[in-house]
Amino acid sequence: MKDVYMDNAATTQVKKEVVESMIPYFTENYGNPSSIYKKGRNSKKALDESRDLVARTLGATSREIYFTSGGSESDNWAIKGVAFGNKDKGNHIITTKIEHHAVLHTCEYLERNGFNVTYLDVDKYGMINLDDLKNAINDNTILITIMYANNEVGTIQPIKEIGKIAKENNIYFHTDAVQVIGNIEIDVDELGVDLLSLSAHKFYGPKGIGALYIRKGVKLHPYIHGGAQERNRRAGTENVALIVGLAKALELAYEDLESHNKYLIRLRDRLINGIMDRISNVKLNGHIEKRLPGNVNISIEFIEGEALLLSLDMAGIAASSGSACTSGSLDPSHVLLAMGLPHEIAHGSLRLSLGDFNSEEEVDYVIENLTKIVQRLRDMSPLYENVKGDN
Amino acid sequence: MYSEKVMDHFTNPRNVGEIEDADGIGQVGNAKCGDIMKIYLKIENDIIVDIKFKTFGCGSAIASSSMATELIKGKTINEALKLTNKAVAEALDGLPPVKMHCSVLAEEAIKSALKDYSEKSGVIIEELKDFEPKEDHH
Repeated sequence: MKDVYMDNAATTQVKKEVVESMIPYFTENYGNPSSIYKKGRNSKKALDESRDLVARTLGATSREIYFTSGGSESDNWAIKGVAFGNKDKGNHIITTKIEHHAVLHTCEYLERNGFNVTYLDVDKYGMINLDDLKNAINDNTILITIMYANNEVGTIQPIKEIGKIAKENNIYFHTDAVQVIGNIEIDVDELGVDLLSLSAHKFYGPKGIGALYIRKGVKLHPYIHGGAQERNRRAGTENVALIVGLAKALELAYEDLESHNKYLIRLRDRLINGIMDRISNVKLNGHIEKRLPGNVNISIEFIEGEALLLSLDMAGIAASSGSACTSGSLDPSHVLLAMGLPHEIAHGSLRLSLGDFNSEEEVDYVIENLTKIVQRLRDMSPLYENVKGDN
Repeated sequence: MYSEKVMDHFTNPRNVGEIEDADGIGQVGNAKCGDIMKIYLKIENDIIVDIKFKTFGCGSAIASSSMATELIKGKTINEALKLTNKAVAEALDGLPPVKMHCSVLAEEAIKSALKDYSEKSGVIIEELKDFEPKEDHH
């Protein structure tokens, strides 16, 4: 049975070197970093070195890196922390309609607690309009939170330009960079971001660990009360082993960014072209160029996404879909709907996200099997009857 | 998440296709919600001698269509009218709660096809006089 994992935007396989880097911090150096004896000091040293590495990679200082449990926590903290910490200045937040739910639901929570939120539209490629952003700013705006790249369709936003607008208007700028780390070079100063979320399991690190970059001087509320850890802002004994794993994964990810990107783009374009050549009535979702190297998102007309995923799974292929049946809600993907896709097309969406462990042979296997599966489901679909004659 | 029966009927659906000179055709659901079921009936002497389906939808929608057609093939109109969505779900060894509407769709698709047969053939089916499928099941 084949085992083809093409859901790397959901999570990734942990690299062997990363696993090995963590083991000593479970077995020998398990001391609490707050303890003064040797075991504790060893942990503290690993913690400090990990923090330094994350800081260096982002172009930040170590005092600006805060470890969290992952992307969702980082997003929650950045947004709630800035909102409640700057209530005296204003109560308006700007975001987009295509954010991750960790951002959207946090914003909705704040709306129920006295804040106003503007959700910017996107165009058919999933791109925001900078004039819309400028027009949305008012005297009460305290935070702009816009994702660096979208998790579903891979569209990359003009973060630098957004950062410039935020700075000109003296507004804090947070970006959810969870999908971008390990795919794009990051320099927080160059980008003009004040807060940035990242999560280790998206770049071949462990789950349950992430970080939030908080620019020095940004006013924000602490997230967890109860201890002096993370500069009194996020209490709780540090997850040393996983933090070491995060740092190792980050180091590996930026060691050879160029060849990683080249490789993924080659696989991605082979996959897109193969699907387009073999299957009719298919549309690529997202931006053609401003797109994450590993992202393929397509809408396949006349079939439904969950049936597609079940069939792919039977062929040993792991993928995801924006269909309502897979989202656990009644509506298909909010991202695809915001991009103007009709419901029926959004139901038939498929995301194949490539990673370092995928091969050209796997890409060909997916193209081959997807073609057969789509034909089988279309032969069952009453929507396809009227189209067959036209082909 | 799905029973083995659901997966079996999804993988090897029974009675897929169309009947060219069908005596009754019923279609329910809509593409916006992500599921459409279309049922074709061939009826002789009040007996469903052949039945085919076409479905756009998730795994449980396809499995529900397949099971429903299997349950009423060869049965009388009266017996087919008694088919409930619960019976379809039970025959599949259950459906997840969020997927129960798929079995409702199957029941209604069959009733719609029978109603169409009644209207075309003039055979009065008292039970379907006021039957209207709910377009949107969500």
